[in-house]
Amino acid sequence: METVLTDIPWALILILLPLGGGMLCFLWPRMARVFGLITAAGVMLSVVGLGWQLLKNGVYHHQVGGWGAPLGIDLYADGLSLLMLIATALVGFGVSLYSIGYFKPEKAIHFWPIWLFLLAALNALFLSADIFNLYVTLEMMGLAAVSLTALTGSREALSGAMRYLLATLLGSLAYLLGVALLYHGFGTVDIALLGQRVEATPYLWAALGLISAGLLLKTALFPLHFWLPPAHASAPAPVSGVLSALVVKASFYILLRLWLEIFEPIVDGEGIETLFGLLGVAAILYGSVQALRQTRLKLLIAYSTVAQIGYLFLAFPLAAAAGVTAWSAVAYLAISHALAKAAMFMAAGNLLQFGGHDRITGLDRVVQRLPLTAGAFALAGVSIMGLPPSGGFIGKWLLLEAALTQGRWDLVGVIILGGLLAAGYIFKVLGHTFTQAEVTHQSTEVPAGMEWAALLLAVGAILLGFLAAPLLMLVGIGDPFGISEIRS
Amino acid sequence: MNWNAWLPLLVIVSSLLPGLIIFSLAEQSVRLRTMLNLAGALTSLALIGWMLWGVYHGQHYELRLALLPGLDLVLRAGPLALFFATLSSVLWLITTIYAIGYLEESPHRSRFFGFFSLCVTATIGVALSGNLITFLLFYEMLTLTTYPLMVHRGTEEARRAGQTYLTYAVFGGALLLLGTVWLYTLTGTLEFTPQGFLADLGVEHHPALITIFALLIAGFGVKAALVPLHGWLPQAMVAPAPVSALLHAVAVVKAGAFGIVRIVYDVFGVEFASELGVTGPLAWLAAITIIYGSLRALSQDDLKRRLAFSTVSQVSYITLGVAIAGPIATIGGVVHLMHQGLMKITLFFCAGNLAETLGIHKVSEMDGVGRRMPWTMAAFTVGAFGMIGAPPIAGFISKWYLGLGALDAGQIWVIYVLVGSSLLNATYFLPILHRAWFREPSGSWPEERDFGRKETAWMLLLPPVLTALMAVGAGVLASAPFSPLEWVRFIAQREFYQP
Amino acid sequence: MSPAFSYALVGVGLFSIGLYALIVHAHLLRKILAINIMGSGVFLLLIALAKRTGDAQPDAVPHAMVITGIVVAVSATALALTLMLKVAAATGRAELPKEEQE
Repeated sequence: METVLTDIPWALILILLPLGGGMLCFLWPRMARVFGLITAAGVMLSVVGLGWQLLKNGVYHHQVGGWGAPLGIDLYADGLSLLMLIATALVGFGVSLYSIGYFKPEKAIHFWPIWLFLLAALNALFLSADIFNLYVTLEMMGLAAVSLTALTGSREALSGAMRYLLATLLGSLAYLLGVALLYHGFGTVDIALLGQRVEATPYLWAALGLISAGLLLKTALFPLHFWLPPAHASAPAPVSGVLSALVVKASFYILLRLWLEIFEPIVDGEGIETLFGLLGVAAILYGSVQALRQTRLKLLIAYSTVAQIGYLFLAFPLAAAAGVTAWSAVAYLAISHALAKAAMFMAAGNLLQFGGHDRITGLDRVVQRLPLTAGAFALAGVSIMGLPPSGGFIGKWLLLEAALTQGRWDLVGVIILGGLLAAGYIFKVLGHTFTQAEVTHQSTEVPAGMEWAALLLAVGAILLGFLAAPLLMLVGIGDPFGISEIRS
Repeated sequence: MNWNAWLPLLVIVSSLLPGLIIFSLAEQSVRLRTMLNLAGALTSLALIGWMLWGVYHGQHYELRLALLPGLDLVLRAGPLALFFATLSSVLWLITTIYAIGYLEESPHRSRFFGFFSLCVTATIGVALSGNLITFLLFYEMLTLTTYPLMVHRGTEEARRAGQTYLTYAVFGGALLLLGTVWLYTLTGTLEFTPQGFLADLGVEHHPALITIFALLIAGFGVKAALVPLHGWLPQAMVAPAPVSALLHAVAVVKAGAFGIVRIVYDVFGVEFASELGVTGPLAWLAAITIIYGSLRALSQDDLKRRLAFSTVSQVSYITLGVAIAGPIATIGGVVHLMHQGLMKITLFFCAGNLAETLGIHKVSEMDGVGRRMPWTMAAFTVGAFGMIGAPPIAGFISKWYLGLGALDAGQIWVIYVLVGSSLLNATYFLPILHRAWFREPSGSWPEERDFGRKETAWMLLLPPVLTALMAVGAGVLASAPFSPLEWVRFIAQREFYQP
Repeated sequence: MSPAFSYALVGVGLFSIGLYALIVHAHLLRKILAINIMGSGVFLLLIALAKRTGDAQPDAVPHAMVITGIVVAVSATALALTLMLKVAAATGRAELPKEEQE
């Protein structure tokens, strides 16, 4: 039994299953919800299988079709990929569950195939081993995400999607140009080989600049974040969840990978990390302050994403001296934010459907009338604020530890301040869920599946707070952070 | 499977589980809800009693769960932990009865009792924490679970009071987090160790340690209502009386004070803390709070607000006892945790009775109420005299030990503070008693509810009488083998000072 | 300067022109055209640099990349044009609305 489990090519299944599922949803629209949920469940099981495989055999390497690099496509899975895949599977399942109740039939026909295609693209991205395949999967993901954003057909959604599309295409092209330069300079697109071959030539610097710029635009790091609030706020709620939770993390993942494997050994100490750190600080402060100013819930949550992305970049300046702690913090923040933000957007979707609007001051005694949703928002908020017990707390703790051991009081101050500001905007919302609105609107009922999906993901974010030891061990498989010592 | 390891967790579950179940109950299932509440409270009490017996006979109860590589969540039932846990459990049981009576016919009772149970879970977690990170976890959980109770009424006023509370509490939590992480990076451990674990660090770390001490005390000082971090407490009186009684008079405020106790005794060690020179400023801060709280109480006409400022003042006796850094003062301070809890909750119960039965919210409305509600006012009188420090009530014992401890440590100025504070207490409590007993009622009460020939509902009457009796008992029977005082003596001997 | 290198420079030039046009022009169709020009610039660069080994045979990998890139660009352009039409239908103008300050 055990050998059977480890012999199945789970990585391939992770890519092909959603593709097949999407196809089925396209061909049989009436059965789309069933296929969609089954596919999402299948993805979760496959991730478990892949995790098992990694635990037993170490990193996973597979040459698709038997053709190796450089012309063939290689699949590669280590601890970091596994973590992102876990986040994708969990959020994917939650979103699928939620979407069963959310979309009306005429929208659902379009939603399910594109959503499953997006899921396939995400999985393929996290399993890619060369920079060109990353480009392809990045584009697949981007196009699918844009289509989903535009799904409601409203003015805001369409213009938000258009802006998003232009931004994402610009980012991809900058990235591709960087890929071209790297290939020309070092003769390969395979990440591992590149890591061995790179030297500090002008090609490398140009590539670094282009790739970073392109990926920073796609990750919406301040000040390249302008496309995110309109897109994430006007998309349908489950789509907003996926966008904030997974899509922006995918481009960050690529940046992280390339940084760790290719760029960091060469450019160590040249100021790039400081730049990333500065932009991260700006993102945290700007995003949090903007979130506080919002009057509408989905925009508040979108700006919260802008702020939370900033935290991820704080690790770059800290990693030089406290690598394990800083990168572990990034991993933890990424997955916690994924679960918590998806839950938050889903809760916002519930509130929108319930009251017909998402004005924060108009949340009419929601804590009593939609307790599961209010609970989901509160628990997700706990993780976003970084309060214990939650995954967000673990990430914040690790980041603080890394900063304090290096005497980076500036970063310590920013992290603490960011948490306080987050508490400000989260509790602003929660406070209004208790009070009565001035004008009570007619309320529409919200399907139980939608409430439970939001709550389950939020509880997941909290549970992550207790699973740090096993999860960090998993992330270490294959030593993705390039640090061989075991964290004591 | 070591059964002993699971007992601390079971105690926590015994309040967590009923809370979660109660959330799902319909409003009308009063009986089921009451049964769950009482079952939880009694189970918790029984388990704590079992552990008390075990600890007295040398048993060890500890549970560890890996939080991060190298850092565990620890639940440990030592003597000090059980001291605070017993207080919380007993008062939870009594307050549950009170709350059921108080909130009869009120809306959203399932929500209320659900969060109420979660608060108790957090408080007991604070009590049973074996290291600073576990303490931090439950401490922040306490903030999160008390917030919904504060804004329970759903009015704009409640929402704003909740925001004030949160501003203070989250800010305090941030300071705590900073101090804790910093401490961890310096020492690699956060375990509560008798006599502290910092004395071996080199002298170059002392400035950092002093800053950490300030951060941690400030973080705990918010909940412990240490001036100038006390601003949230008077505003918190907008919550329903059971909330004010248990939470703001006992759980939240005592959790903060308990945190200060843990920091001084089990993290820094009281001798090392004196060496660092931080106990002096702490004592000053406590003294200022004691006097300031009493002065502000003088000018309050709203009864609950007067009691709130009295709490601000009284809780700092604990801090003062801790800061004087001598064995006798320690006993006085720590035992006041329990004594003050008993007396204050009595006072708040009575205030709630007055409000519920007669619509009285202000001291000026209390003329002659002693005749109308004799039992309630009798309990109130006991509590008031205890606050002033009159023997034989528990408050006298704490003040006596504090005074003796101050003499013993050569800090004579503390005695002036104690005497001054007792005088101030008298000045704002005695007039209330005078009004209640010796004046004629000035016409009809603001809003009377009819209970027939009875004074008020028995569920509102029994709790304050019980806690008042316990306050008297703790004082009169202070030398008896299992009194709070003897217990604290045992703790101080075992844990705080070199044998 | 070999022909390949001048092609590469033209590629970079196209990329820059396209970038400038993308930022400056407000009309969506121009923006989409700008993206396409940028794409063409990148592809040109890739192909130009493919003749690097000095052998008679150029390197096939960049050619494969360009073909893939063209496919992606076609799909992206199709999506972009459709979206543009929808935006124009919804707002009356084929332009992105000004950023609203919340």
